[in-house]
Amino acid sequence: MRSGTVYTETVIYSAPDAFARDVPYQTAIISLEGGGAGTRRLTARILGDRVRIGDPVIEVEPGEDPATASPLTAGVPLFRKA
Amino acid sequence: MRSVAVIGAGKTPFGIFADRDLRSLAVEAGEKCLRNCHATPGQIESFYLGNFAGPAFAGQNHLAPYISTALGIRDVPATRVEAACASSGSAFFHAWTEVAAGVYDIVMVVGVEKMTSRTTGRVNEILAEAGDCSGEMRAGNTFASLFAMIARRHMYEFGTKKEHLAAVAVKNHANGALNPDAQMRKVITLEQAMQGKPIADPLNLYDCSLVSDGAAAVILAPLERAREFTDKPVRVLGIAQASDFVALDQKDDITTFPAVRRAGEKAYQMAGLGPRDIQFAELHDCFTIAEIIATEDLGFVGRGEGGPFALEGHSARNGQLPINTSGGLKAKGHPVGATGVAQICDLVLQMRCEAGARQIPRNSVGLAENLGGSGASCVVTILGAP
Repeated sequence: MRSGTVYTETVIYSAPDAFARDVPYQTAIISLEGGGAGTRRLTARILGDRVRIGDPVIEVEPGEDPATASPLTAGVPLFRKA
Repeated sequence: MRSVAVIGAGKTPFGIFADRDLRSLAVEAGEKCLRNCHATPGQIESFYLGNFAGPAFAGQNHLAPYISTALGIRDVPATRVEAACASSGSAFFHAWTEVAAGVYDIVMVVGVEKMTSRTTGRVNEILAEAGDCSGEMRAGNTFASLFAMIARRHMYEFGTKKEHLAAVAVKNHANGALNPDAQMRKVITLEQAMQGKPIADPLNLYDCSLVSDGAAAVILAPLERAREFTDKPVRVLGIAQASDFVALDQKDDITTFPAVRRAGEKAYQMAGLGPRDIQFAELHDCFTIAEIIATEDLGFVGRGEGGPFALEGHSARNGQLPINTSGGLKAKGHPVGATGVAQICDLVLQMRCEAGARQIPRNSVGLAENLGGSGASCVVTILGAP
């Protein structure tokens, strides 16, 4: 699974209609470890504990959290505190 | 290249107008603008419309001829420009290129957006389409949350504080309270601004611009013909548009907007001026952090100094560089596609000494910065007395 550190983050309280029932939820931009040029960062949903800038994070494995099976987050990178 | 002047300007009030549709707003601004410079629809040789999301917000596409014909303008090229929140700034830039190049003489630019007929959640979704919908927006972001992530990183790198963000809101609300056309005419305190309803941490309601209906219009002409139409032409001294990545996660550094820096540098170069020559500005405060970063990217202050600059009052009406004397997007309102041209109208109003209670004395060189998305498009315009 991919891992990295939090470059920046936010907790969202006012969401688009499609995500309204998830509020509040956290998103973050992750600096990936060992990412080559062009794939250095990605935007992810954060599951579990709140993370801060600089925190190490790791990608959530399929089945590890119900969100990994949600159609809403299909194709969305899901990360949690390492 | 010919010198170009703004000869006429006209705007609707900004607000929530349940009984008004997109076309009636655009027509009101256009007709006010024509009257403002004693021009007739038949004199307009080319027409530009700045609009972000008329199809989604108002269910209408093919908007440029839809609006131009409603204004009585026939036969001429009618072109819509979309660049998210910089749509009408970009329309203005392209209209300027036509006049400067000598293709046409009298060119009209209208900006319009009708946003308030949709729910807040739907507005969030429509605005989100100005981001990268295959990446950052799929993850559940909103425009507020993208700027919240920018603010969070700016705080981390430079020590910017909530008070600094709040100071921008307090200042722009104070200015908006003096603007009869502003949507939000309410003075707020620093304490109130710090304690608004959370939207996307660290941004709260008072850090966010408004959802608005409104339109704005200007007419451009070669400088040598300007006095056929008005005693008070305002000259375009410098203008540039620049672009950057749409997705925030593709940028090396999200605490600066390279498109703003680049457009600013080119506009300064064309005008033969620098940041210290600018006497007042309308900056794109879609979120309070955006105004802070714009003051840095345009060279008014150094990196990381934008927050203290606002909190210490330097950008207030009586400060060294008044910013957003109109109330800005924060208090005047932000009908997305109208904002770029509205900023030009607000500069013109100050330069013609027609700004009423918010009139400032040093008004002969003004700058407008119109930002699209989270920084992928930017237009910077410097206007001056002819």
